[in-house]
Amino acid sequence: MNWNLFVTELVAGITHGSVYALIALGFSMVYGILKLLNFAHGDIYMIGSFIGYGLIVVFGGATHLHVNVVLLLTLMFLCAMLGGGLVGVMVERFAYRRLRNAPRIAPLITALGVSFFLENGAQLVLGAQFQSYDSFSWSNTAIASRHFTLPAHANVSYAQVIVVVGAIVLMVALTLFVQRTQTGKAMRATAFDREAAAMMGIDVDRVIVVAFFIGSALAGAAGVFNGIAYQQVWPYMGFQAGLFAFTAAVVGGIGNLPGAVLGGLLIGLAESFATGYLSSTFQQAIVFALLIVVMLVRPSGLLGSAAVQKV
Amino acid sequence: MDGGKDIDPVPARPDEAQDPSRIGVDDWVASHEGRRDRGEGLLAEIRTELERVPRPAFFAGFGVAAALLPLFTSNDYIVRVGFDTLLYMLLALGLNIVVGYAGLLDLGYVAFYGFGAYGYAMLASPKFGLHWDTLAIIPVVVVATAILGFLVALPSRRLLGDYLAIVTLFFGQLFVTVYQNGNRISFLGLTRSYDLTGGPNGIPDVDNYDLGGLHIGSVRGYYYVALIIFLLVLGCVYLVDLSRTGRAWKSLREDPLAAELMGIPVKRLKLIAFACGAGIAGLTGTLFAGLNTAVFSANFDVATLIIVYAILILGGAGSLGGVILGALVVNVSLEVLRTPGHATWIFYVVLAATLIAKVRPWKRLAVLLVATIGLGYAAHAIVSSAWPRGVEGSASVGGWFGDGLNGWELHPSNPRFIGNLAFVALVFAVLLLTMIDGWKRLAALVPTLYLASFVWENRLVVEPSITRLILIGVILIVLMNARPQGLLGTSRVEIV
Repeated sequence: MNWNLFVTELVAGITHGSVYALIALGFSMVYGILKLLNFAHGDIYMIGSFIGYGLIVVFGGATHLHVNVVLLLTLMFLCAMLGGGLVGVMVERFAYRRLRNAPRIAPLITALGVSFFLENGAQLVLGAQFQSYDSFSWSNTAIASRHFTLPAHANVSYAQVIVVVGAIVLMVALTLFVQRTQTGKAMRATAFDREAAAMMGIDVDRVIVVAFFIGSALAGAAGVFNGIAYQQVWPYMGFQAGLFAFTAAVVGGIGNLPGAVLGGLLIGLAESFATGYLSSTFQQAIVFALLIVVMLVRPSGLLGSAAVQKV
Repeated sequence: MDGGKDIDPVPARPDEAQDPSRIGVDDWVASHEGRRDRGEGLLAEIRTELERVPRPAFFAGFGVAAALLPLFTSNDYIVRVGFDTLLYMLLALGLNIVVGYAGLLDLGYVAFYGFGAYGYAMLASPKFGLHWDTLAIIPVVVVATAILGFLVALPSRRLLGDYLAIVTLFFGQLFVTVYQNGNRISFLGLTRSYDLTGGPNGIPDVDNYDLGGLHIGSVRGYYYVALIIFLLVLGCVYLVDLSRTGRAWKSLREDPLAAELMGIPVKRLKLIAFACGAGIAGLTGTLFAGLNTAVFSANFDVATLIIVYAILILGGAGSLGGVILGALVVNVSLEVLRTPGHATWIFYVVLAATLIAKVRPWKRLAVLLVATIGLGYAAHAIVSSAWPRGVEGSASVGGWFGDGLNGWELHPSNPRFIGNLAFVALVFAVLLLTMIDGWKRLAALVPTLYLASFVWENRLVVEPSITRLILIGVILIVLMNARPQGLLGTSRVEIV
């Protein structure tokens, strides 16, 4: 057995999976509370990625950076999370809020429209070409080319370490927030039963805004992670990533946060092992086929509870 | 009571004048469409009058008008646009069955369209050396696509609402991936790879339609074939709409649970709806492949899906007239966008029409227009003295209108960057407008209008291919928020 290939694909899968898991978390949170498939979520990830790219450009481009790299990374994350979160809140306020009690098809189609608008608006403003984070070949710290070696001669770059550690930090923070704070409690209550939560005096509007903000901020951070690990950003990157994140959320059990993380990792691993062992052209098809199988065998996802239809 | 009239010797039974059909009886259900909210005002009156005209008369009128179109123009481009519009109408008609009647959200619909196109291309091209007769291919492809739709629906029939949307979306993506990479099909990398779909190069040199010896080679020929097919399908869908199946689909859309309790075979109806929609999409695909004589996977992407949805939603899901109107509005306006001069005219006309319809009373409208025009001339005067490069460009239309715009609007010599900023600012300004009202909104509307025309002239009209997609997105968002039932749909009166 070729252990080198195995370990390399494992590391790549976990890295990719962490990015998917972060996107899937926001998607799952919003679905849990609003029962809304937010197709625009992937595009917020794209916006986060471009905010990070914009900061690199503002500070002189990756090769002639004026500022300390750690400072820049922190700034990129803060701005991408804040920017992504604000876009998410705006989308909720202006596109979805009026449709909260509309038939299910209305918000879904609106979400498709928002996604289309964000993608093509970004293409108009930013251009259709790929932009690159320029592999962080910075004079003092070359993150992407620096690496350490695991057993079986598999290389792990610092960029991958940043992505995985950063994703874990964010997930722990989110878990603490949802489990330990007053707002987190309100959020869980709203997800459980929105009407009853409103009757108990919970400000449901505020909870929804907070959920959109946090979910979109996570997507924005995921965009920066993706840029650090894979360099390429372009306006249509959000659609495919969004699809994979939906897959992750659905596989794990939609509305279930640990499930979203598990699903994200599974999708990342499936994708990278499919690329390494089966066929690089059909990795996307393999991921979709995996989703369809999970949906048919266990429609509520791996960790989700079966939906009971109440009359 | 009216005092002047004689009193009837035998009083009428109290319920005689009432609707004789009773609630729940079949013809009550059949006339259920009639008990809908028509709104108020002139538009509603016109609509009420129009509803007295039987539907088939409308369709026949449309057929005659459409058949006459190629006679009035020698320009093949216009006929080509008409053909594309007919294709979109057919696609929307198929989607109307699935989404409009049965209420199932099918996001993989375009895959069936692609399947039909690829099916035709494979059976009538040098790709595999097959040159079947068109009259043989069409039934084969339609039946095969319907079976595919059936197969996709088969595992999905247990899924509810959103889950169905996800699974069909993934089926759609799966097919696009297969079309794209179909030149290297091999089983798990074990066998040698086969070329099925030509991959990114698509399938070229597809045969034209050949209907029993009648070779269709021109755009006009295809236009008439598409028109005949459309009218036939429209007729069938209209009859199905009136049938038991059509009513059962609608009950499924309104409340699947209640429908199931009433003994309606919900799962079977879902499968039939999917298969019917898919079959129509497959038929449309053969038309597409026949005229273009080549198929590429890029023709069947999410953008096409969203355009078909926009057509259906704009016209009003579940309304056959809406399908025709929606396809006309969406496709023709998207086509017009390609010519900057025409597009600018349309832009200002639509803007003016919206203002006239929405800003009342007229004094307020007059103030608004005067202020906007004044702002434009003032801005132009200031910029041209302070920064001459800001007015160097010229308007995208000619004639007196263009001359007027040149003196009013800013046209920087290099509008890309500033235009992009203005686009973002415009998005924020429009969002802000929705949050304020009264005189504040009127005041904010003045700079917003000027900004909109600036963005339009300097950025949007320059890149029509992106602009059309942005507009589709905006149409979907605005329509769903403002008028979810579409142009020709009617909002239901809740009967409790």
